[in-house]
Amino acid sequence: MLLRHTKKEVADRKALTINPAKTCQPIGAMYAALGINGCMPHSHGSQGCCAYHRSSLTRHYKEPVMAGSSSFTEGASVFGGQANLVQAINNIFTIYDPEIIAVHSTCLSETIGDDLPQIVANAEVSGKVPKGKKVIYASTPSYVGSHITGFANMVQGIVKGFAQPGIKSNDLINIIPGWVEPSDMAEIKRILSLMKVPSIMFPDTSGVMNAPQTGKHEFYPQGGTTSKDLSRIGSASHTCALGKWASESAATLLSKMAQVPFTICDIPIGLKATDRFLMELAKVSGHEISQELEFERGQVADIITDMHQYLYGKKVALWGDPDQLIPLTEFLVDLDMKPIHIVSGTPGKAFEKRIKEICATKDITPNVKSGAQADMYLMHQWILNEPVDLLIGNTYGKYISRDMDIPFVRHGFPIYDRIGHSYFPTVGYKGSMRLLEMMLSAIMNKMDREAPEERFELVM
Amino acid sequence: MRKIAIYGKGGIGKSTTTQNTVAGLAAMGKKVMVVGCDPKADSTRLLLGGLAQKTVLDTLREEGEDVELDDIIKDGYGATRCVESGGPEPGVGCAGRGIITSINLLEQLGAYEQELDYAFYDVLGDVVCGGFAMPIREGKAEEIYIVVSGEMMAMYAANNICKGIVKYADAGGVRLGGLICNSRKVDNESEMIEQLAKSLGTQMIHFVPRDNMVQKAEIHRQTVIEFDSDHVQADEYRQLAAKIDSNEMRVIPTPLSIEELEKLLIDFGIAN
Repeated sequence: MLLRHTKKEVADRKALTINPAKTCQPIGAMYAALGINGCMPHSHGSQGCCAYHRSSLTRHYKEPVMAGSSSFTEGASVFGGQANLVQAINNIFTIYDPEIIAVHSTCLSETIGDDLPQIVANAEVSGKVPKGKKVIYASTPSYVGSHITGFANMVQGIVKGFAQPGIKSNDLINIIPGWVEPSDMAEIKRILSLMKVPSIMFPDTSGVMNAPQTGKHEFYPQGGTTSKDLSRIGSASHTCALGKWASESAATLLSKMAQVPFTICDIPIGLKATDRFLMELAKVSGHEISQELEFERGQVADIITDMHQYLYGKKVALWGDPDQLIPLTEFLVDLDMKPIHIVSGTPGKAFEKRIKEICATKDITPNVKSGAQADMYLMHQWILNEPVDLLIGNTYGKYISRDMDIPFVRHGFPIYDRIGHSYFPTVGYKGSMRLLEMMLSAIMNKMDREAPEERFELVM
Repeated sequence: MRKIAIYGKGGIGKSTTTQNTVAGLAAMGKKVMVVGCDPKADSTRLLLGGLAQKTVLDTLREEGEDVELDDIIKDGYGATRCVESGGPEPGVGCAGRGIITSINLLEQLGAYEQELDYAFYDVLGDVVCGGFAMPIREGKAEEIYIVVSGEMMAMYAANNICKGIVKYADAGGVRLGGLICNSRKVDNESEMIEQLAKSLGTQMIHFVPRDNMVQKAEIHRQTVIEFDSDHVQADEYRQLAAKIDSNEMRVIPTPLSIEELEKLLIDFGIAN
């Protein structure tokens, strides 16, 4: 038993988090920055921060992640990091020649009060930023929010750096995808192209964090939103921001800076959320939902009806990021499954409210908690009190899965011990099919493994 | 809205001067918000009639991230909106970070989107670290007044603060509006501060004479204007308020070297 120390009795905790269900803000900022073409993320802080954030992303995506560091020493903490950052900007443009540097702060630089706008302006004034190149920035102290907050802050930084008011196009749509996999971003783009909706997605890590092996190392892979596209986001007729936590702040800023109206959609995970997303797209672009998508929807419906008996009534525990968990919970409820334990380390009262509303439609009263104390320890305690048939979440659930022999579907960030997430989406109708396949396989593998010989079925 | 930060050496009378001036502005019918950026949380005492304010950081600590604007803003004399950042007890934690957190929170909650003519930041002592410079970052206070007296160390601090302003003025829009002389009855004080202001490229916007009435009003937890509106000292603060209201002089200061500063004292000061 790996988790033999977990106590079944849930005691009220105020100042203790055990196995948090979240990570550092800069990881999100770095991931967002990698979704811009020719962009070098830069960590304004000590080297250890940068090393950890890079390795977290590399372990999940199995891709190299380049990023600079301001390499704070005791001196920089006392005198402020301005000199280090100005020097770093100069070095990075001179040696690595990116189009854009995306600077994010760290706990240390935030605490000593380094003012990124002022330092970056200083670097520009002193000629450290070559003509045509750009430095964008975001404030990302890890003691506030989570990796999702950091992602949202950097997407805001992108808007702040690029948005300019422009003459509105008729049907150009901005898509802010939120923190989803590169495969998901590619799937959303496929949906847009099936509906022939001209669009700009930012950030866009497809082709960057799932780049092919070509035998030649590309420092800046081909993927990512280009500066040219980013300079046009202010001319879009509408912004669809996927996920309140990861995308709302950027969409709001864009509407303030360039008067682009926006809608906050759920990430299109599952049948209903995808339906809503497509209808919204059709409404704001004036384009029809294509035949292919209706065909795929029918396939999802077919799988659901064929396999309903294996999913019906199954209890599920899930954890991860709020923007994913909301549509995922909705999907499970629609499948007649019972999501009963849900935690997210990203704080937000609206999350708990939304989850409870979704569950209430099928008379489920889930255990749901968000914020710092919503950790994997609490999740384990809940499961000890009321066991479940399926776990859905990031790699950190494998201990519970092993100890309690519960089928486990990996979803979310980080997934350190399996592949697939970078290449196969879980958004859209295609993604719904994949989720169904993963859940059914996990549940049915256990049935096969444990069935008595006389009940071992060939056809299921 | 004009956003103004008041700086100056510790103990020089920043909070007293700010609140009395704000009372003057409020009496002119202006809508003013005062943001106290001092862990002691005593920047709004005279406007509120006591330390009645729950600080932003205490509220954040006790109630978590779901803070509402009404929890942290209280109305004081003349409908002034009063906020105290608060901060850690002496000797622990990080007061500078407290100011950053608190101003960020106020922005998030839309405190600056109210209908206001003025927002005043009353900042503790010197600009000792990055956090205490928060009020003069880009998009925050655009106008600074330094409270000073004819004493050497007060002038030294004023000169230092000007160095901080220069640093932020390059990138942002922050400018020096002038020096407020809060008299300590030093010889030749007015002339000396006039000269200091001139050397810094700014003006002495007002000379506030020393008067025990200020102390008296303070003991009663009131501004002079509220305590004894007809007193001559109340007039002084009303004048200062009017001068700030009509001030159009905003400069990037030219700080002095220590030798120049000492020479100033020798030419005008007691050494003469």
